[in-house]
Amino acid sequence: MAELYLKVAASGLLIGTVYALIAIGLTIIFGVMRVVNFAHGEMVVMGMYLGYALWTLFAIPAIPAALIAAVVLFGLGVFLQVTVVSRFVGRPQHSQFILFIAFALVITGLHLMLMGPDARSIMAPISFETYSVGGLRLDAARVQAAATALVMILALIAFLRFTFIGRAIRAAADNPLGAEVVGIRSGRVYAITAGIGLACAGAAGALVSPLFDAQPFLAPEFTLLAFIIVIIGGLGSLTGALVGGLLIGVAEGFAALLINPAMKSMFSYGVLIAVLLFRPAGLFGGKEAR
Amino acid sequence: MTRNPALDRRTILKGAAAGAALSITPLRHVRAAGAPVKVGVLLPTSGVLAFLGQACRRGIDLGARMMAESGAPAMEILHVDTESKAEQGRVAAEKLIREGCSVLIGAFDSGTTISAAQAAEAAKVPLVVNIAAAPQITSQGFQYVFRNFPPGATLVYNAVARIKELSSLTGVAPKTAVLMHVNDTFGHAVAKGVDILWQKLGVPIEIVDTISYSRSAKDLSVEIGRAKAAEPDILMPVTRVNDAILIVRELVKQNVGLLGVIGPGSPGPYEKAFTDATGKYGDEYMDCVPWYDPTRDKTKRAIAAFADDYPDQRFELNVGFSYEAVEIVADAIARAGTGEPQALQAALRETNLQDHIMYGGPITFDETGQNTNIGGVLLQNQGGAPQVIGPAEIAVAKPVFPMTPFAER
Repeated sequence: MAELYLKVAASGLLIGTVYALIAIGLTIIFGVMRVVNFAHGEMVVMGMYLGYALWTLFAIPAIPAALIAAVVLFGLGVFLQVTVVSRFVGRPQHSQFILFIAFALVITGLHLMLMGPDARSIMAPISFETYSVGGLRLDAARVQAAATALVMILALIAFLRFTFIGRAIRAAADNPLGAEVVGIRSGRVYAITAGIGLACAGAAGALVSPLFDAQPFLAPEFTLLAFIIVIIGGLGSLTGALVGGLLIGVAEGFAALLINPAMKSMFSYGVLIAVLLFRPAGLFGGKEAR
Repeated sequence: MTRNPALDRRTILKGAAAGAALSITPLRHVRAAGAPVKVGVLLPTSGVLAFLGQACRRGIDLGARMMAESGAPAMEILHVDTESKAEQGRVAAEKLIREGCSVLIGAFDSGTTISAAQAAEAAKVPLVVNIAAAPQITSQGFQYVFRNFPPGATLVYNAVARIKELSSLTGVAPKTAVLMHVNDTFGHAVAKGVDILWQKLGVPIEIVDTISYSRSAKDLSVEIGRAKAAEPDILMPVTRVNDAILIVRELVKQNVGLLGVIGPGSPGPYEKAFTDATGKYGDEYMDCVPWYDPTRDKTKRAIAAFADDYPDQRFELNVGFSYEAVEIVADAIARAGTGEPQALQAALRETNLQDHIMYGGPITFDETGQNTNIGGVLLQNQGGAPQVIGPAEIAVAKPVFPMTPFAER
């Protein structure tokens, strides 16, 4: 039984790292532009389909597929930001909400038209492989996904901290007017931020494609999951998203084991309510990624 | 103000009167003498059930082709998509009736079938149910509904009976089992049915744990971990195709040692999507479902024709029951000698098809419109495809039980 608990904890941490990458994509867009991407889950599913297609057509494994998905979704993020979303930054939240719901519906419709409603599973050896770590059998796809997600998260943190563009993004997040005054072009910064946000979602989607079968209807679940994690961690906080992701990953695993597997998602909401009761701004609320 | 000559008060009143007259006109079946009988088919060919709805459609189209080739009365098949929405059942049925259909076939899922049945009953047009398991479809006193598919209770009864026979079939007697089921209406109904029938039929296997999981589960590692901890001899998953795939993957990754995996009346493991995704690891998975009789010549011909039409698809129960629905309708038209709905309803009541493709006795309908002669088989995936391993009289393969450990495959 101890082995089972250990395995659940390890699996929770591993999948939680991928969840964190998804949530970081959402929180970075909100932190900089104060825009809530309600189509975030659709971007994750797009990444899943890319992962599926790259494996099925070219036998490209999940990790390189994640990099390709990140590039593709980065481009899509920049395109959407420049052509549509930029006109909605600063507008009332209800009009932003309608815009992103429209994105979500259009993307889901496209997924249905292009890929059909049935689940697409990757028939790769990794779907059945495990690593033995000190007598503990860990899912190979999960370990690889978590390791890649962690590297991406750390790379993103380093990018924001040590590069000129990263500092510009943080400056625009902290004080948009001040950033404009010192010559930072907010339009360009927003476009790069949107690209990064969607790249995180797309990469995470491709990373989980050997674990979860791609289906258009998964998107709302991913969107909700990202929201829960972001709210628990604190809106706009990268560290919060990482901690929130790990917390939800582990909590869901133990809820399934100790209470009822069908109540996994309900437990996530329980954690959310508990955090909001004691820390309304989230665990790392107000502490922006600087 | 200029007056629009085309739109004055009288015109509007005339239009309103015409609309009112139209709305109180009952749905009417119209058919030219000698014309093919219009058969309306309502299936979920888009939306979440599209994958299965399209499988049903393949069965309908194959049935129509083979009936035409066999010299059956001319039929014109009209398809309408129910979009995987229950409320679309009535809309689709009324549309087909309005277009002159004398008989309907559908509608795959129970909710849609019930709403279509209400429309068919109101219009006095027979509905032949190809697939739908809810008991109320034939327990509401409908006179125009005929179901050639087992209701949920029969489905589970046949499955439990097959599992009970397993030890006599294989000489291996499992002692314990874990029941896993998807947490939706279907999963709950089957799990509850298994629980009741387990006692009633005296199955000598103890169910040591019952694990339900979310319908939208993307990951079943914890659930399989919990099942493994109970150390059962057999695992009995009640699944759809996606979760069946997830279960197999986790069984392999967690190296769960089992005598067997047996789905009690569960969709999924016999589907091509499952065997394609799981490969050698999906082999030896068993399932107890209504299925075609592989020993009959008629079945062999249908399977061969299906392979010609759809080389990349599998002839499975959705195809088989849909094919049979067309056969039932063609038989009724031939005996009625007319396409009039009332005559077809009377002919359907007298149906007695001895030679047909699905396993079971002759196709007949009782006073509720239910065919009570449908059997259940024990399937096992072997070589990447489902094979009938029980009952013995129609078995085409020997059961592999205990199953080969995953690590040795």
